[in-house]
Amino acid sequence: MELSYYPGCTLKTRAKNFEDSAIASMAALGINLKEIPRWNCCGAVYSLADDDLIHQLAPVRDLIRVKEQEQGKVIVLCSLCFNTLKRANLLMRNDAEKRKTLNSFMDEEVDYNGEVEVVHLLEVLRDDIGWKTVSDKLKVPLKHLKLAPYYGCTLLRPQEVAIDQMERPTILHQLVQALGAEPIDFPLRH
Amino acid sequence: MRVGVPSEKACGDLAKKVKEISKEDVLSCYQCGMCSAGCPVAFAMDLPPRQIIRLLQLGLEEDIAKSKTIWLCTSCLTCSVRCPRGLDLAKVMEALRLISLRKNIDYVRPAEISRDALAELPQIVLVSSLRKHTA
Repeated sequence: MELSYYPGCTLKTRAKNFEDSAIASMAALGINLKEIPRWNCCGAVYSLADDDLIHQLAPVRDLIRVKEQEQGKVIVLCSLCFNTLKRANLLMRNDAEKRKTLNSFMDEEVDYNGEVEVVHLLEVLRDDIGWKTVSDKLKVPLKHLKLAPYYGCTLLRPQEVAIDQMERPTILHQLVQALGAEPIDFPLRH
Repeated sequence: MRVGVPSEKACGDLAKKVKEISKEDVLSCYQCGMCSAGCPVAFAMDLPPRQIIRLLQLGLEEDIAKSKTIWLCTSCLTCSVRCPRGLDLAKVMEALRLISLRKNIDYVRPAEISRDALAELPQIVLVSSLRKHTA
């Protein structure tokens, strides 16, 4: 199966190892991650100001690139890109006035109404592939290894983009377990 | 007898401007301190988030301008999702930053970022910082 994916700046530079390992792991699980063409910066931080629409243009243009692929879904690996793209997508879906302004401004693009789905790689592993399949495909289980999952901010907040329960996330714990290691809790994990 | 205080009379110009940009009304805050208790950056702030909101309620603009708090806020949204009054503090902090940035005063100067930092930092950190801290 082929799925569109959005890399972002850091996966192409300092976190190249993350991109390489994710693409290879997904290939082993039968999914070919196909980089979307002509992607640009995601905008990095979602604009929190009501009167600031200019910073929504970058993520919305990326979503239009996905729409053009006719895949209906984009996989994001970077948690900051995930947050910015998913929130911009919700804005385009839910705010008719701002949607109209943004679409008019990007006259050269097709109109965008929030048609695509933005999903994080962890969601694909949990919901589409399943932890059991991940375990079954393991070549070297990470036995005797203790791992402390750190969730960060942008995969869990705000509520409408959260990939798991905001205050009690378990998705990374589940991945660690599926890989044969032991997840360790610590107070500031999210 | 129920006494209501109309928000436009009770707070200063800065709070009004913040409301214009963020759509958040700082008068809804009852100063419980949940935001400051959960803030992962509060240890580094000169004033905790709760006090920034109090200063806004009181219209003490200069005290806010002297504080580094709004620039240390990472927009992690922990306070926003936990506030029992539903006040989105991250939006208030963003509005305060924008009020300063829109006067064309950068908080971070790209030329002053050291070469070592540039070599070490992930790209997204630099982009995020320039996005939030420069006009």
